[in-house]
Amino acid sequence: MTTLTLAKALNEGLRAAMDADSKVLVMGEDVGKLGGVFRVTDGLQKDFGEDRVIDTPLAESGIIGTAIGLALRGYRPVCEIQFDGFVFPAADQIITQLAKMPLRSLGKLKLPVVVRIPCGGGIGAVEHHSESPESYFTHTAGLRVVACSNPVDAYTMIQDAVRCDDPVVFFEPKRRYWDKADVEFGAPGLPLDRARVAREGDDVTLVAYGPMVKTCLEAAAAAEEDGRSVGVIDLRSLNPLDMPVVREAVDRTGRCVVVHEAPVFSGLGGEIAARVTEQCFYRLEAPVLRVGGFSTPYPPSRLEDHYLPDLDRILEAVDRVFGY
Amino acid sequence: MTAPTAPPELVQLLTPEGERVEHPDYDIDLTAEEVRSLYRDLVLVRRVDLEAVALQRQGELGLWASLLGQEAAQVGSGRALTDADMAFPTYREHGVAWCRGVDPLHLLGLFRGVNHGGWDPIEHNFHLYTIVIGSQTLHSVGYAMGIQRDGAEAATIVYFGDGATSQGDVNEAFIWASVFNAPVVFFCQNNQWAISEPLEKQSKIPLYKRASGFGFPGIRVDGNDVFACLAVTRAALRNAREGNGPTLVEAFTYRMGAHTTSDDPTRYRVADELEAWKLKDPIERVKAYLFRNQLADQEFFDKVEAEADQLGKDLRARCLALPDPEPAALFEHVYAEPHALLAEEREQFTTYLAGFEGAQ
Repeated sequence: MTTLTLAKALNEGLRAAMDADSKVLVMGEDVGKLGGVFRVTDGLQKDFGEDRVIDTPLAESGIIGTAIGLALRGYRPVCEIQFDGFVFPAADQIITQLAKMPLRSLGKLKLPVVVRIPCGGGIGAVEHHSESPESYFTHTAGLRVVACSNPVDAYTMIQDAVRCDDPVVFFEPKRRYWDKADVEFGAPGLPLDRARVAREGDDVTLVAYGPMVKTCLEAAAAAEEDGRSVGVIDLRSLNPLDMPVVREAVDRTGRCVVVHEAPVFSGLGGEIAARVTEQCFYRLEAPVLRVGGFSTPYPPSRLEDHYLPDLDRILEAVDRVFGY
Repeated sequence: MTAPTAPPELVQLLTPEGERVEHPDYDIDLTAEEVRSLYRDLVLVRRVDLEAVALQRQGELGLWASLLGQEAAQVGSGRALTDADMAFPTYREHGVAWCRGVDPLHLLGLFRGVNHGGWDPIEHNFHLYTIVIGSQTLHSVGYAMGIQRDGAEAATIVYFGDGATSQGDVNEAFIWASVFNAPVVFFCQNNQWAISEPLEKQSKIPLYKRASGFGFPGIRVDGNDVFACLAVTRAALRNAREGNGPTLVEAFTYRMGAHTTSDDPTRYRVADELEAWKLKDPIERVKAYLFRNQLADQEFFDKVEAEADQLGKDLRARCLALPDPEPAALFEHVYAEPHALLAEEREQFTTYLAGFEGAQ
């Protein structure tokens, strides 16, 4: 066991993936000498060389487009998009090419490309550095979308994503990069497409992913003091959704609140609410509620505490879900 | 005193009249058999195209993007490739597909809507058609970076049009290829028209001159001259394989037909322009050259014509016989590994369909 930050766990996971397969490449802006602006790729270029850890020109479409070409030649590129709000220049390559090329080739081509995106707010950043664009990608067939929430998962999930023969959009909760946990090197994790019960609970189920898992766990701990047993599910995989795990929990509690930083409207929470309603209809005591960002662009950082779901907003929703 | 001669802007080795001319930097030595073989490819490729247009007009294809007028650019560059080289086409490279051994039936299947491209891109080293303008230039550069890492003796060639040169991806591909010195040939068929927009809407300078700003050579070749296209592409590919980086080749040609069968070029261009380009036809000049130099007789031309007729006939029959895919094919090949959501939807849809069995 080694105590690692989430960023370091990703770094160790990438290192293990590169050690295991010489076709694995890391590419992106500042990923080489600097080690990435969050240091996730720290030291990799020194150890694996400039041919495998590639500092690219500053053009996101170019990063994904050339990664596709490298994958066609048999490589497994892991691309870093420096910040969530900068993925949009690459959206065309991700959506029209990366996601669709396997089908276009009738399965003759595989595109094992990982697109790493630091996501979410809470770090007092300027515009475009705090967004949660996951729904754009979960809505795109052909992509797998995952989000890690803690160092243990980060370590195994990044390796599983690299090994996966499908393109994977990999969200990393940037405000949790410095959270620490004990990680066991070489230990396997849950399969990449499985959700995890982060906390058992009998009265209400919180469904979250990425940065909101920790907030939900804190809310559950606070609710316990009020005598409520709140469970938390860490989805891990956003496409596909691991509905059996969600269903089993909500069947027990009869109450469900979905929490994410992304705007509620047209967000992933809507999809989860609809599926829970279809699959747990006769067990539900209340409608599925959603807590998330407002229908505004991400605000200036002095307002972000009001925009982001926090412990109180989650507890308020828990109260409401008992009001039916 | 003689004025210094400016380097000729357009590399041409065969005039529209079928006369062989010299160029100081590019030459080609072709046997009679090789010239006849190039001629045959040009004729057969045009015939495939003609048959496809007819099939679309008869409702058998949803759409077709004609290559009429661009046969020399495609056959010349396509024949310059070695087996190890990789080609990245747009959706109009039927002539390059032919040179790479792709059955034209697969091209028809795409435009008929049977699939998005049924050929094996790995077997033919000919990537799938890319419809989003310019996206494939980046794929080509990435692939070339893979060639570099493999230490292989190969290059990539990527096709795009004059309109695509305005795309960000194409410009990013130029930058990537340049800074990584990637073994790639950018083959731009400037056919003068991006649907209805003439070249003036895309560029204030000749396209091949863009290359110098990115730090690699650019060259303009007579795109209707199969000899010149072959010679220039061969040299650019060799240069790339030898580690000297990318080249931009601008094949100056003309889209003699509509953009696609859905387009009506009479709305935006004058008939005189087409007539002028007809005089520069890529096939007629090779025929004139063969005749003039007695490298082929009437019997040869008749034979190629008959072969083309047979090819068209066979292709038509095979196109009409293409089966529609089974409904469950909807769910195939979306993911390489099992995907719970898709499996669930497939199951539900299959059950739904089964409900109709036996119904009148």
